[in-house]
Amino acid sequence: MASKVSIRKATTRRRLKEKLVWLGLFGVSDISALVLFIVFGFLLVNAIPAFTRSLDFLFPVHPDGVINLSDFLFGTNWDPTNPVSPAYGIVPMFVATLLVSLVAACIAIPIGIGCTIYVAEIASPRVRSILKPAIEVLAGIPSVVYGFFALVILSQWLAGIFDPPNKLNLFNGGVMLAVMMIPIMVSLSEDAINSVPRHLREASYALGLTRWETIRGVVVPAAASGIVAAIVLSIGRAIGETMTVLMATGNARALTFNLFQSGQTMTAVIASETGEVPFYSLHYDALFAIGVVLFVLTFVINLLADWIMHRVREEYH
Amino acid sequence: MNRRTKERLVFLGFRLCAMIVVLALVVLVGYIVINGLPKLSLDFLTQFPKDRNTMGGIFPAILGTLYLMGLVVLFAVPLGILTAIYIVEYQSGSIWKSALRMIIHNLAGVPSIVYGLLGLALFVGMMNLGAGLLASALTLSLLVLPMVIAASREAIIAVPPSVREASLALGATKWQTIRHHVLPYSISGILTGVILSLSRAAGETAPILFTGVVFFKTFLPDSLTDTFMALPYHLYALATQTTEITRPNQYGTALVLLLLVIGMNLFAIILRKRYRDKYKW
Repeated sequence: MASKVSIRKATTRRRLKEKLVWLGLFGVSDISALVLFIVFGFLLVNAIPAFTRSLDFLFPVHPDGVINLSDFLFGTNWDPTNPVSPAYGIVPMFVATLLVSLVAACIAIPIGIGCTIYVAEIASPRVRSILKPAIEVLAGIPSVVYGFFALVILSQWLAGIFDPPNKLNLFNGGVMLAVMMIPIMVSLSEDAINSVPRHLREASYALGLTRWETIRGVVVPAAASGIVAAIVLSIGRAIGETMTVLMATGNARALTFNLFQSGQTMTAVIASETGEVPFYSLHYDALFAIGVVLFVLTFVINLLADWIMHRVREEYH
Repeated sequence: MNRRTKERLVFLGFRLCAMIVVLALVVLVGYIVINGLPKLSLDFLTQFPKDRNTMGGIFPAILGTLYLMGLVVLFAVPLGILTAIYIVEYQSGSIWKSALRMIIHNLAGVPSIVYGLLGLALFVGMMNLGAGLLASALTLSLLVLPMVIAASREAIIAVPPSVREASLALGATKWQTIRHHVLPYSISGILTGVILSLSRAAGETAPILFTGVVFFKTFLPDSLTDTFMALPYHLYALATQTTEITRPNQYGTALVLLLLVIGMNLFAIILRKRYRDKYKW
């Protein structure tokens, strides 16, 4: 009798514990899903007062005036600390971001794809067991170390070759970014190549094609969406990278299309100026507006990569 | 050209690409090791900076980074693992599930400097935590949370359903099954993800730029809201705000940071290999 009661008690306690665990976990999962909305929400809340006063009841006091949205998006001058006529144009830093990412992509895409094919299709298991950790370690190196290398060593080498007007320039940052992009690209596109079913390769060999003909004609086309997604994703990372470009590109505000001149990317502007602005000044709001542009840009790129990747899944599974 | 010759040439090109990547790693790490090694000593690790960063060590920066990592473990790891358990074990397939996965995936792509802005606005501006250790650790926690969730999720999914079914068939409740069967099998996978996330947190500079990191401090932080020094920021500040005289210290700092981060990465890689060899379902 007594044992029955204690069993029932134990069962009730067990059930209660199950419920509690479920409740606790449910709350937790909601919190982390909220992180993304918190990030974007806070950027917006701090950026909107740069452009309009009509939502002021929502926000803490922002004492300064506003920026014309088109002046922000199309202005070719960024000079927020000018005491006479401060300017808040995002074009120079946007161009710098695009140029740096373009240089990085042009270098990283061919090398990255070549490296991926070598790792996934050609290398012997022994070579692969060395290459893959090496690539992973390359991906794990902190960006400030890359930035330091670009600042102290790479810029010297490139100056020796190209004799640029500024030693720290956009090209220098782009080359360093390329080295950072490659490991991301390789590990993602390798997954895509590995997920190409074996029987496709075997059918191709059975038809008498060589390994290279099989790679070019069967494997790469079959993994194409995954490879493209990997490229897109790594370009997104390059656009969002901060410390490397901050240290490598020389941080000049003027608009330039010359790769061998100093420039300042969106991330570098935020990094170098946000620490010194007073809370809720117009300059502060404008820096958050740059943050919104950056967030939206990388978010769209991520969605795009997600969408491309999803298509390859549907093709083979 | 012969088909075979062509193949050999093309493969040579691919091998060259792979060699360039390895070369980049060797050159980068090699330069920092060779130039940083002479500086590396017990004094460098245990002393305060002296004589405008030309002498002495980087002890406060190392300690600051260790503090940050400890706090991130405290905030992000339990939350991340619990979320992963919930997603895998409790949430039935739904639109919400795939939405959550997509959100976590996209969070990983948000630029780290944006987290810095968030930390400033949320923890320093709105919550008034002050620019210090706590605000920085919370910012870093937000940054690595998606990584912890994704890694834990994969480790938990990898446990085959038969293990769960056997436990449930013996009358164990769901939580008992998770606690005694799913978690023990997935713990090394989770640990790998946690270590990788921590190494990321240790190496990040951009997210903590505006939340209390300082270049020079003559005393150690004694509360959570105190400003602090950190290795990556110390390297950045030394390299950009001082002259060539501090170059040896710059290399030394870079080497210590590199050793810390690469050490954690290698540890995680070895751990992963060991459990992959151990459990083959």
